[in-house]
Amino acid sequence: MAARGRKPSFEELALKSLSTPYNAPHHRFAVLIACITFCLLVAGALVTSNDAGLSVPDWPTSFGSLYKIPRWVGGVRYEHSHRMVAEFVGFLTIVLAVWTWRADKRRWMKWLGVAALGTVIAQGVLGGLTVLFYLPPAISSAHAAVGQTFFCIACAIALFTGRRWVEEVPQTAMDTQRPTLITLTLLSIFVLYVQLLLGAMFRHHGMSWWPHVLNAPIVAIVLTWTAIRAMTQYSKIEAVRRPAILMLGLLITQLCLGFLAFTTRVAWGKDAVQPEAAMIASTVAHVAVGALLLAATVILAIQVWRHVPVAREEKVTSTEPKAVAA
Amino acid sequence: MRLKLLLTFCVPLLGFCVLTACNSQKSIDQSPTAALSGPPAAPIDPATVASVSGTVHFDGTAPEAVPIDMSNDPACKGDNKAETVVVNGGKLANVFVYVKDGLGTFPAPANAVVIDQTGCRYRPHVAGVMVGQKLDIRNDDPTEHNVHAIGMQNAQWNESQMPKAAPIEKSFDHPEIMLPIKCNQHPWMKMYVNVVANPFYAVTDANGKFEIAGLPPGDYTIAFVQEKMGEQDQKITLGAKDKKTLDISYKAQ
Repeated sequence: MAARGRKPSFEELALKSLSTPYNAPHHRFAVLIACITFCLLVAGALVTSNDAGLSVPDWPTSFGSLYKIPRWVGGVRYEHSHRMVAEFVGFLTIVLAVWTWRADKRRWMKWLGVAALGTVIAQGVLGGLTVLFYLPPAISSAHAAVGQTFFCIACAIALFTGRRWVEEVPQTAMDTQRPTLITLTLLSIFVLYVQLLLGAMFRHHGMSWWPHVLNAPIVAIVLTWTAIRAMTQYSKIEAVRRPAILMLGLLITQLCLGFLAFTTRVAWGKDAVQPEAAMIASTVAHVAVGALLLAATVILAIQVWRHVPVAREEKVTSTEPKAVAA
Repeated sequence: MRLKLLLTFCVPLLGFCVLTACNSQKSIDQSPTAALSGPPAAPIDPATVASVSGTVHFDGTAPEAVPIDMSNDPACKGDNKAETVVVNGGKLANVFVYVKDGLGTFPAPANAVVIDQTGCRYRPHVAGVMVGQKLDIRNDDPTEHNVHAIGMQNAQWNESQMPKAAPIEKSFDHPEIMLPIKCNQHPWMKMYVNVVANPFYAVTDANGKFEIAGLPPGDYTIAFVQEKMGEQDQKITLGAKDKKTLDISYKAQ
């Protein structure tokens, strides 16, 4: 333990994760929530891609009822299934928050569970508002961004409750380069969020397509720089290398899907009288891989924070006496 | 260092906000509603009324009607061709024609304009209604629909309607041209309501023909609006009892 009044060392901070025992059911439950949340993101993308956002015109009820299942046709099947999966995820998140609060000894993990619950509630309210206000682009885009934020939190909880995080002593290597790897990962998360918002605004008719397309090369450069730095400088640290490889692979996939989505929706589908299969498939895949990319980047940032501490330059004060003019 | 970080993160965010603001301003300006409101119109002398009629032509090769896939609802059966551009022998249907300028405002008539949902399509595809006039939307399909009016000048609304349910009764408070009404359950279902301040309007029939009768003598701007190809305006002067012809053409895009 760090002595009172003394700043704990990095090693001590990292070892703090040892303060809770590995809880396999808790971890599996967190992984389950992350997986179902991914399905929820796909369901949400299907709603938007099928232009079905307002097929159920009321909220929080569906056609006036809280429990009756409506006829499963047309846009209703997308919108109502999205609502049902969302309610299920909300319920699971309540269980996770309570479970974490009771079972996990780490104080910050208890609050992370509460933050997940707060995020899922905010997300539900945003989903309701976007229906009640007829899909305003700002609210719909916020709904998209907060949804992916919740997915990242769910993935982070799954990581923090995993056996490796809890039981292993982290392998570390000092970062002496500038900009630091942690700065690059945080910058990657930032440009991805900007890209997510630009894409969501385009999808929800609040903005043209070109800001999203113009930002794509910036995202590609920042993420490639980050991934290459992580893979080349810290290739021996598996916890850093693996998410970096995943991030790079997802980035390449995402760029291809973005091109496909642009071609099917903007170039070919601008006069479409209804959403077509190719544009639905490409845009839903683009959203899904985008969410995975953001989560992989967040995981990379967490692992870099844990395994690659920043080397601080110490200022050496001169002890030589200054020459004094006579 | 902190300033650099602040700039790195805040400048793109600021840019995003500016882009969003510019775009929302643009979306308001995009509304084709012209200055349709004005002083109340003078009483019309039936002995002097004139009329204008004509044909809307389509120059060039007509686009093939796109087939609609209605498979997501087994209850939807019927004509499955898109009505975005409907051309018959070089004549353009579903063009809204109205007196854009030269008249005051008129009180709304008591009768309702009826829109029917049948075969998972709106009938008619393009309709005119006066400000304050009742609009009855019926559902003759064996499936439910939601009726979503996406007004820019008028309030949006979205209501579900069960099969054979009572008509949805609505009216609009402001003039607005090509106000879309759509069904989000059946995404191909879309029609346009044109809300005008006077009763002098028409929609071209299958042969591209229209007639606006009962106009008092005067100078007018007649506007032709097609949902995809936009608006064309024509000036016309009508004397007492005139019967003038006004033909226009839309070129293939």
